[in-house]
Amino acid sequence: MADLRSEFVGIKSPNPFWLASAPPTDKEYNVVRAFKAGWGGVVWKTLGDDPPIVNVASRYGALHVNGDKMVGFNNIELITDRPLEVNLREIKQVKRDWPDRAMVVSLMVPCEEMPWARILKQVEETEADGVELNFGCPHGMSERGMGSAVGQVPEYVEMVARWCKAHTRMPVLVKLTPNVTNILGPARAAKTGGADGVSLINTLNSITSIDLDIMAPTPTVDGKGTHGGYCGPAVKPIALHMVAEIARDGITRGLPISAIGGIATWRDAAEFIALGAGTVQVCTAAMHYGFKIVDDMIDGMKNWMDEKDYARIEDFRGRAVPNVTDWQYLNMNYKIVARIDQDLCIKCGLCHIACEDTSHQSIAAKRVDGQRRYHVIDEECVGCNLCQHVCPVPDCISMVQVDTGQPYLNWTQHPQNPMRKAAE
Amino acid sequence: MSKPSAEAASAPDTAPDIAPGRLTPAEYHANFGDIESPLQRAEALIDASRCYFCHDAPCIEACPTGIDIPGFIRKIATDNVKGAAVTILEQNIFGGTCARVCPTEILCERACVRNAGEGRPVNIGALQRYATDHLFALGVEPFQRAAPTGRRIAIVGGGPAGLACAHRLALLGHETVVFDAREKLGGLNEYGIAAYKLPEDFAQNEVGFILGLGGIAARTGQALGRDIALADLRRDFDAVFLAMGFAGVNALAAEGEELAGVEDAVAYIAQLRQTADKSTLHIGRRVVVIGGGNTAIDIAVQSKRLGAEDVTIVYRRGPSHMSATDHEQAFAQTNGVKIKHWARPRRLLARGHHVAAVEFEYTRIEEGSLAGTGERFALEADMVFKAIGQIMLPDPLSEDGRVVLELKDGRIAVDAHHATSLPRVYAGGDCVASGQDLTVQAVEDGKRAAAAIDRYLAKR
Repeated sequence: MADLRSEFVGIKSPNPFWLASAPPTDKEYNVVRAFKAGWGGVVWKTLGDDPPIVNVASRYGALHVNGDKMVGFNNIELITDRPLEVNLREIKQVKRDWPDRAMVVSLMVPCEEMPWARILKQVEETEADGVELNFGCPHGMSERGMGSAVGQVPEYVEMVARWCKAHTRMPVLVKLTPNVTNILGPARAAKTGGADGVSLINTLNSITSIDLDIMAPTPTVDGKGTHGGYCGPAVKPIALHMVAEIARDGITRGLPISAIGGIATWRDAAEFIALGAGTVQVCTAAMHYGFKIVDDMIDGMKNWMDEKDYARIEDFRGRAVPNVTDWQYLNMNYKIVARIDQDLCIKCGLCHIACEDTSHQSIAAKRVDGQRRYHVIDEECVGCNLCQHVCPVPDCISMVQVDTGQPYLNWTQHPQNPMRKAAE
Repeated sequence: MSKPSAEAASAPDTAPDIAPGRLTPAEYHANFGDIESPLQRAEALIDASRCYFCHDAPCIEACPTGIDIPGFIRKIATDNVKGAAVTILEQNIFGGTCARVCPTEILCERACVRNAGEGRPVNIGALQRYATDHLFALGVEPFQRAAPTGRRIAIVGGGPAGLACAHRLALLGHETVVFDAREKLGGLNEYGIAAYKLPEDFAQNEVGFILGLGGIAARTGQALGRDIALADLRRDFDAVFLAMGFAGVNALAAEGEELAGVEDAVAYIAQLRQTADKSTLHIGRRVVVIGGGNTAIDIAVQSKRLGAEDVTIVYRRGPSHMSATDHEQAFAQTNGVKIKHWARPRRLLARGHHVAAVEFEYTRIEEGSLAGTGERFALEADMVFKAIGQIMLPDPLSEDGRVVLELKDGRIAVDAHHATSLPRVYAGGDCVASGQDLTVQAVEDGKRAAAAIDRYLAKR
């Protein structure tokens, strides 16, 4: 059976599945329930200076798609609204009771050295395993010069990371905001500032929906709304891209990554680990279904690893990174065409209409003996695979390689590229 | 809880046990209320989300009226429920009835691509009901008539075919007059469909909705050949549409058919539909139904729901030969009706003037045709229902004692445009053989005939 034990920036946990800093990790009660359910670690919901912040109601907005609930999720909740002392006492107690689990504490104080130094000392006394600097929250706290207001300025990221490393022996993770044009700016700054690792992505600026009856954004607070932080399954592709960029960048390569963003299953987790993540953090899925989801994450990951002959997480971690490249290096002589398995086809016609209306008119709709028949016109098919995505039947449409007899050729070498580097 | 019948208790061996009031009021209420509960919004959204929104959708092709099914389901999914209803009603003004009575399992839902692989189609019928119920509850008129054309069309028969034709013609700006022999419009929706499929006043409310468009005058209690003559209609109107359905029933051709207690299922159902207090209806303790169509199913189940103890349908061929669908057969069986196949009635046995039993002969297929085996059995019966098919009576189509229309297989012959052999006279519904004898087919007949009449009138 595969071994899921994890060691990440020196922090050990029985598995790499942590709960992200958020409502599920707000207090001892929840965290103990999470540990009982099997979670490998938590990042405790962000602590700040007293007096505690005040929250509003409601706090959550959700994107439901065609009956699937919470495909996207958004919140306007702030950091913990409980006194610092209460949180510190509970953190200490839980770490003492669950010594094998990772206990990382998220922090957010004003962008001055002393508040950071002060709170780091207080956290150290809890014997927590590490801290995560919340440079990500895009709402509320950012208006007060914290959260993403720091994370969006690489110089601040580097500065605060450096202060923190100077004031604590604990490993320091910097949590990055995705609300930037290039994630490498703050990621490189975190590394330069001495951070032990980064965690990403925090939530995206978002308005989930507009209530058309009251003409206000949701979540709505007394008739008004504001942008919140977007997360859930819908943001996973954005998170994968940002993790990949950090994993393959010349400067940040090798920087430990705790991946966050729409992770709900072992498969999601495996994808981020394949892109180099050492641990993953989950929030929305737990808020949707409760802590029990970790059971399948552990079990499913082990079964998949056994199937693939991966004994440890390290055996496949980062394996997909070399295959992430720039567009210009993709092979332009690689050709594939769609194939429709006529025995599996249920005649819904979606492949045809998608191709006919919006692509390359390469799937013909015919009637053969009165029966609908959809078939690919190979000469017209550009291999875009839109048809495969719209087809509701698993494995009905496959993309098969056509041997062009041509060698690998990328854009930098292509005759039509006026800027090409060299003749082939 | 059945009340014991007084007759049965006192003289079970001598008198036929036929009685009203076999059930409690609550049982009648439950038995003749709606058999399907309407979808709630959450259910409708789940069902709607299962629709793939197929291109060239097979379900549309399987619907005799060609409703844009993926189109209306998508509208349900976006909470544009009124729009969904209009999409349905544009093609089928009886979309409300059809949502309840269509054998979707052999039409749209059989064609649904979800069957392949999953074996479970989208719940199209229930979704159609969800949409049309919504519009009816809003009480709005979704259609607007075209400018008046000054043309007048006589419609004979106010059932689905006649009213569908009238509605489409009225929509196109023509004036129509609908003649019906009965006191109420609606045809089989009002007099023939099982009570629990169209409970309460659904059929009359739907008629009211259709007439609400305007341009449709109703003349009830007017039977062709009795109160009105085809020749007069041809003279007084620009066109005539005949949709008077069936007026006769087939005979059993078995000895004893005239005995008391032997009833015509169609007439009994009509009476049942018009009786508000079902406890006043007399029903036998032991009921035998002869036939294999939906009328047989409907009378058998309604007998059971009136409190009959033993109800047996006897059909001369096998389950697959019955014109009642598998779904209908299963429905009868779950209602406690027993279905016996491969037997035909030979004699009705009497006790006095009243039927006491039916003697059947077993049947089988011999050299391709049905034959008796010679073996017989008897089923005791207090009531026997004949449900062996209806026929069109051609007499009303006579002028000077001669049928003036060409007939085909006992029904009015029409071309692809529903034109009869007489100029300006069109026909549709059960009185022509246009496809399956279904409400939805009748609606399509009326719709097509209206289009043909409109084209004809435009050319004149």
